[in-house]
Amino acid sequence: MDYFAGIDVGALSTDAVILTAGSEVAAYSIVETGANSTDAAEEALAGVLAEAEIVRSQIKRIVATGYGRVSVPFADKRVTEISCHALGAYHLFPDTGTVIDIGGQDSKVIQVGEGGKVLNFTMNDKCAAGTGRFLEVMANKLQVALDEMGELSLRAGREVPISSVCTVFAESEVVSLVAQNHPTEEIIRGLHRSIVNRVWNMVKAVGVNGGVAMTGGVAKNRGVVALMEEKLGQSVHLHEEPQVVGALGAALLAWRASQSAG
Amino acid sequence: MTFFKELRFNFMKDLGGPALMSISRKGRKRRHRAPNPHFGPALKSATRLKEIMTRHYFLSRYTEGAKPVAWVTSGAPVELLRAFDFYTIYPENHGALCGAKKLGPELCAVAEEHGYHRDLCSYARIDLGHYFSGKSPAGRLPKPDLLFASNNICQTVVYWYRALAHYWDIPLILFDTPYNFEEINDSDVSYMVQQFEEMIPVLEQVSGQPFKYRNFQEVVRIARDTSLAWGEVLATMKARPAPMSIFDAFVHLAPIVSLRGLPVALEYYQTLLKELKERVDRGTGALKDERKRLMWDNIAIWYKVRDLADLFAEQGMNFVTATYTNAWTETIRYLDDQRPMESMARVYSLVILNNNLNHRLKLMERLINEFEVDGLVIHSARSCKPYSVGQYDMKRLLMERLGVLSVIIEADITDFRVYSEEQTRTRLEAFFEAIDA
Ligand code: SF4
Repeated sequence: MDYFAGIDVGALSTDAVILTAGSEVAAYSIVETGANSTDAAEEALAGVLAEAEIVRSQIKRIVATGYGRVSVPFADKRVTEISCHALGAYHLFPDTGTVIDIGGQDSKVIQVGEGGKVLNFTMNDKCAAGTGRFLEVMANKLQVALDEMGELSLRAGREVPISSVCTVFAESEVVSLVAQNHPTEEIIRGLHRSIVNRVWNMVKAVGVNGGVAMTGGVAKNRGVVALMEEKLGQSVHLHEEPQVVGALGAALLAWRASQSAG
Repeated sequence: MTFFKELRFNFMKDLGGPALMSISRKGRKRRHRAPNPHFGPALKSATRLKEIMTRHYFLSRYTEGAKPVAWVTSGAPVELLRAFDFYTIYPENHGALCGAKKLGPELCAVAEEHGYHRDLCSYARIDLGHYFSGKSPAGRLPKPDLLFASNNICQTVVYWYRALAHYWDIPLILFDTPYNFEEINDSDVSYMVQQFEEMIPVLEQVSGQPFKYRNFQEVVRIARDTSLAWGEVLATMKARPAPMSIFDAFVHLAPIVSLRGLPVALEYYQTLLKELKERVDRGTGALKDERKRLMWDNIAIWYKVRDLADLFAEQGMNFVTATYTNAWTETIRYLDDQRPMESMARVYSLVILNNNLNHRLKLMERLINEFEVDGLVIHSARSCKPYSVGQYDMKRLLMERLGVLSVIIEADITDFRVYSEEQTRTRLEAFFEAIDA
């Protein structure tokens, strides 16, 4: 049987997805990107092949995406993460009209049309505010694990407002809030609010139509998702591993290309 | 003005300058760039343009003592100064030149060392950097006798020119234009005309020449005709394929900005227009294969014009219209030599940056329809707040109303320290993917 692969080389993680010829997900894998994008892509591919229990030669076509898409030498095609997230989210949740993708290095809001087509999109400017990196820096400062932040913030009774959007300024703000003995959970909730507000500007610029899907690593954080849902006034679509949606979109493009080719 | 210096200026203008320039041209080795296979044949008029602009900067070295020199903002009603035979320098045009030569960060840094903030427009920082360091790709700019600014483009120029006036201790004429929220009424016009009347004695004094109304009318007529000719030049891009691209127009814009009101600018656009019409007749395009037609919003990214032109050409996408290049034909074409002052007041207060956002939206809609535009690239320029404000709303509204796909790229006109190649690429590639999907 033929298979198709998508690889998303992001700032923090590299994700790979394998599809069957019927566009069913056969397997996915997630590895840390580290310093070398090419190695990470190789590693993710090896991982996903093992997971799917197939060999490399069974893969008919590979599409790479993400900021490191140019450093995937074995890809047949390179497509931006914007097109891939739109298609991936549309495939999982066909009523998706808006995708909010908060990744490690950037965040974007995409308006999706028929067939997963990109109608409009906007990205954060050259700054870590409103991205996964922001949370990573803060988790470090607060000495909590990144993946615990969501749970912790949901436990907070109140919220400490964070006034700086700048990652560097917010970091020193957090230091002084800790020194003033504010509970960690409340600070974290304030940090989540800060991200959501930042991304909200982009949501407003693009507009909300139909279902909203959240993708990217930060969508794993239940605290951020809850605040975003509160702001949207509706619940959002989430995949169990929201990071892989970009790679899924890439794999779908690989599959589609083979369909149209014959 | 001494007789000798005037004589020397005239000699350089007619004989010495052209000779010297051709010698220096021959001496200079040309950097060779492989021609991009996606482009049609280059515009022949470009050689003449280069001559005109080089000569303009070259001659400026001989103005001291021979001609009164004024530094002028791009939106100022320069026609009045031309009637007094001022030699004009446009720091914004010079800033664009520095930007294209990739000198932005260097000159900006000089201004920053003197306490000017990084958020200040980079044209202003380059100009102040030039003031402090004397550095310029044009050799040397002549010291002005007068500064002439109008706040119809932004408030930045007011403070920037005040700083220059303070450093040099020379007169500054400021033309204040009421912002057009809904309409410019008669009392606004008379407020502006009164300002012109008050300027005349100052201009007479600085230039040492009396005001000659007939000369002024003549200048106004030439400026209007030049603006009309520039409009016709731009309109040739309605043809498919468009005979030039907006990236060309960014360069060919220089005479209408900085030599407006002089016969040389009018003659130039007549030549260019003739060439463009011939190209349209022959079906010669700026691109060999024009698949998609785009619109550009905001000032050029001067250090990236070449790269962007290449990138879009590879995609078969040509920019056929821009709000920026359109600005010099949008209103100036309505100058009227029978009512020079009133018409000047109206046309200069209605320029795009002094006009409300609804106006801009309608203008963009019109250009998109007239030029059959498939997509829009919006430059959010960190320097230019008045041009960049409202762009996100405009993008959304144009999508809703016309279904036109667009992309915003965050950059700057000259200071490439705030430009991110990787992020811009990703946005543009996503735009290419979406427009072709
Ligand atoms: S702020 Fe904008 S309009 Fe003003 S000088 Fe700078 S670029 Fe020109």
